Amino acid sequence: MAEPRLRAHTGWNARLWLAGGWLLLALLAALFAPLIAPQDPLMQDLMFERLPPFWHQGAEPGYWLGTDSLGRDLLSRLIYGGRVAFVVAFIAATAACLVGSALGLIAGYYGGWADRIVSRIVDIWMAFPPVLFAILLVAVLGTGLTSVIIAIAVIDWTRFCRVVRAEAMSQSRMDYVENARTAGFGRFAIMLREVLPNVLPSIVALLSLEMGIAVIVEAILSFVNLSISTDDPTWGGIIAEGRLSIHQAWWVLVFPLIALFLTVLSFSQFGEGLKARFDPVLR
Amino acid sequence: MTGAPCLDIFNLSATLANGSRVLRSVSLAVAPGEVRALVGESGAGKSMIGKAVLGVLPPSVHIVEGRITLEGADLTGMPPKQRRAQIGAKTALIPQDPLTALNPSRRIGPQMTDRLVKILGWDAARADTRIRHLLDEVQIREPERVIRAYPHELSGGMRQRVLIAAAFAAEPRLIVADEPTTALDVTVQKQILRLIAALQREHGTAILFVTHDLGVVAKISQKVSVLYAGKIVEEADTHALFAAPKHAYTRALMAATPKYTDPLASLKPVDEAVLAGLSAEIAEADGTWRAHG
Repeated sequence: MAEPRLRAHTGWNARLWLAGGWLLLALLAALFAPLIAPQDPLMQDLMFERLPPFWHQGAEPGYWLGTDSLGRDLLSRLIYGGRVAFVVAFIAATAACLVGSALGLIAGYYGGWADRIVSRIVDIWMAFPPVLFAILLVAVLGTGLTSVIIAIAVIDWTRFCRVVRAEAMSQSRMDYVENARTAGFGRFAIMLREVLPNVLPSIVALLSLEMGIAVIVEAILSFVNLSISTDDPTWGGIIAEGRLSIHQAWWVLVFPLIALFLTVLSFSQFGEGLKARFDPVLR
Repeated sequence: MTGAPCLDIFNLSATLANGSRVLRSVSLAVAPGEVRALVGESGAGKSMIGKAVLGVLPPSVHIVEGRITLEGADLTGMPPKQRRAQIGAKTALIPQDPLTALNPSRRIGPQMTDRLVKILGWDAARADTRIRHLLDEVQIREPERVIRAYPHELSGGMRQRVLIAAAFAAEPRLIVADEPTTALDVTVQKQILRLIAALQREHGTAILFVTHDLGVVAKISQKVSVLYAGKIVEEADTHALFAAPKHAYTRALMAATPKYTDPLASLKPVDEAVLAGLSAEIAEADGTWRAHG
């Protein structure tokens, strides 16, 4: 029984470090953007428009990944765009996680009416196409970072709710829960002390995955110009601009896509790796 | 062993939501310090009696009549909160499956001291001393390691020892042992059984010992109740029961127990005629039950 799990575990571990490494790098860059970014991300310079990345002929030192059609430094814009991505990822995913996990835990553990009510709400919620729902919400709330965060939390709490409900439900049937009942503990205390720790590894994995999803949704919203003001760089916004000049300056489209791809992939792999670490049975 | 019984179940009946009966007018008294075996085949309702006593019947099972009295306090008539406090203070469970009866994501030590500290209000140091003492009594050699271990780091036998230690730790008046050896392999079964018997003698705890294994019954109990389809068909001192079983079903059950010397020939299913007789008995009991219910 231990053999294959052990092997799988070391496999995940490498991913945990690679994914964690990229996330740490991107996070530090975003945190210290003013110190790290080689140029002002908003400074336009028509002398330096559409400079290619550093390995191409005609590249200028200090503009490592080239410039866009207004002469703004792409690397600096990516680093500043990362700030928006990480803020949205952390706050929106955490909010969705808290709401969804709490409701899922209650529904799964208590069952009965609590479960029926929560499950129906989740069913109704899931009937909306998520991206259209997000666009609708932001349109109603008005554009801006807060609206984007609220929209993601409001839409994606159901993801946590469904998983946590199912896990809490199966844990509640375990003998150790009954054991705690006979020892004289109340249901709420058992839910927090006995059931929650066993659901936690899944919550952690899902939280990390959700951060990746939040990064994508933010990129989509800024791609359609519904995120923060267009002056501030966002990955989605840069992709939208890059799309217009794809034939003259491919790098403006490709680099933000790579950043987005690596970040989202890292979040999901990091979550899986953490889950394997967290889970005492898999450890 | 005269005086008030430790556990007194009187005329207890329970049904499922669809009306089918799980327990039929079960009456059963366990004296303080007595080991009472509850035997019957699977589905006879023997675990249900244990669960009813501990207040953890599944939501689909409802008690429709009868009384459960624990040391003179009527559990069935109590508000739930008070009932839970009574059960928590005076009873304990030795569960069937040691693999699922411990929380996989918590260390053994806190799981053992939880009830002592949080329900009975002991201070942490006293609880700690107490569980070390009990771990010693169940012959666990490295209490330090076990206290810090997660359940998956221990073998099934070790976990069952931990659960036995935990059950005796709070000095309950009554322990419900729900097939405590069924999930263990045969060599470990015997040790665990001896351990329960030794601790029972030492602590003078009454035990309601639920099992389907007549061999276990003979080893550990003073009295036996034989259960069929939720009804007690025979009740006797263990010696008397094995010497001269009165009910046809008890005799059939004994005949169905495999014997080491001749395992194949001794494995007899319960006779059709006996089952027919039982069905008639149950139907008759149900008739009277319906008449006044």
